[in-house]
Amino acid sequence: MAITTTKSAFWKGFRDSAPFLFMASPFGFLFGVLAAEAGLVVPEAFAFSLTVFAGAAQFTALQLMQENAPLIIILISALAVNLRMAMYSASLTPYLGDAPMWQRAIAAYFIVDQSYALSVVQFEQEPEMPLAQRVAYFFGTNGLITPAWVIATALGALVSTRIPESWGVDFVLPLAFLAMIGPMLRTPAHVAACFVAVAASLPASALPYNLGLIVAGIAGMVAGAQAELWLDRQKAKAEGAK
Amino acid sequence: MSSIPTPILWTVIIGLALGSYGLRFAFIGFMGGKPIPEWLMRHLRYTAVAIIPALVAPLVVWPAPTGGAPSLMHFSAAAATFAAGYLTRNVLIGLGTGGLCLLLLYLAA
Repeated sequence: MAITTTKSAFWKGFRDSAPFLFMASPFGFLFGVLAAEAGLVVPEAFAFSLTVFAGAAQFTALQLMQENAPLIIILISALAVNLRMAMYSASLTPYLGDAPMWQRAIAAYFIVDQSYALSVVQFEQEPEMPLAQRVAYFFGTNGLITPAWVIATALGALVSTRIPESWGVDFVLPLAFLAMIGPMLRTPAHVAACFVAVAASLPASALPYNLGLIVAGIAGMVAGAQAELWLDRQKAKAEGAK
Repeated sequence: MSSIPTPILWTVIIGLALGSYGLRFAFIGFMGGKPIPEWLMRHLRYTAVAIIPALVAPLVVWPAPTGGAPSLMHFSAAAATFAAGYLTRNVLIGLGTGGLCLLLLYLAA
């Protein structure tokens, strides 16, 4: 369906994002529950989700704060998880880069996995879409997700005070991370990055100040990048042989 | 569970808020139409898929609820979570499967 007006572009983004609600809301809720378990009060959990607005990085910071990791390690690790946002920012630039600065400044806050994935697909499918409609579509994809994420966090933190300690929620956070990994393994290079990071993290956990995480993370990142280069070369060779 | 000191918590929240915004704004705000170098993109693609497994692997091998003693129960629940998440490509199905598995093993033990 071709989009005709700026307004309808916004609402198309809004509608397209609806399925992601079933992902964002429970995860926001879980973050609220675990944040409260870790001792955060409702306004703190709420402020965390509202200002940082990045699930995986928030979970990472929460875990490391509970391990009493040094501040700098917490920040580096959680921001490393968020480095992909810079990549999203870069790949949205050809489509949104000509918008006025104030629009881009607001749009930057809303760059998350869902809004990026939906927008890039939409912009590639309809290359002739005018700039104003592209911006509207992008904001539309956040119309549901952002409020859902923040409100769900607050609700989770509210409910959490009523969950008994004995339920053993302290292993739920590791399980949440594990559940996030599967869908990330899209290519053999992603698998290589993950495998090397895991293999490095176990011996590296002996390092002080949670430095092992940084070391293993870098090892995995380099492994992924190298695997991608190697796979590309193999593919080029195979095509050259034809 | 030990609670997190308030100054640390707020430093983390503010630091992450500013840092995350900076990462998001970096290209769309500053770079204009300039392309990002390919080698940098190539590394950015693999940061999350490296950091999160590196964070979680020690938590699975030496789980906190047992005080760090390796536990077949926690390992099995972790394996089930990962497998379900990988096979269905759905985070919530993965988490649900693992949570259920942990609960059943806990009740059986």
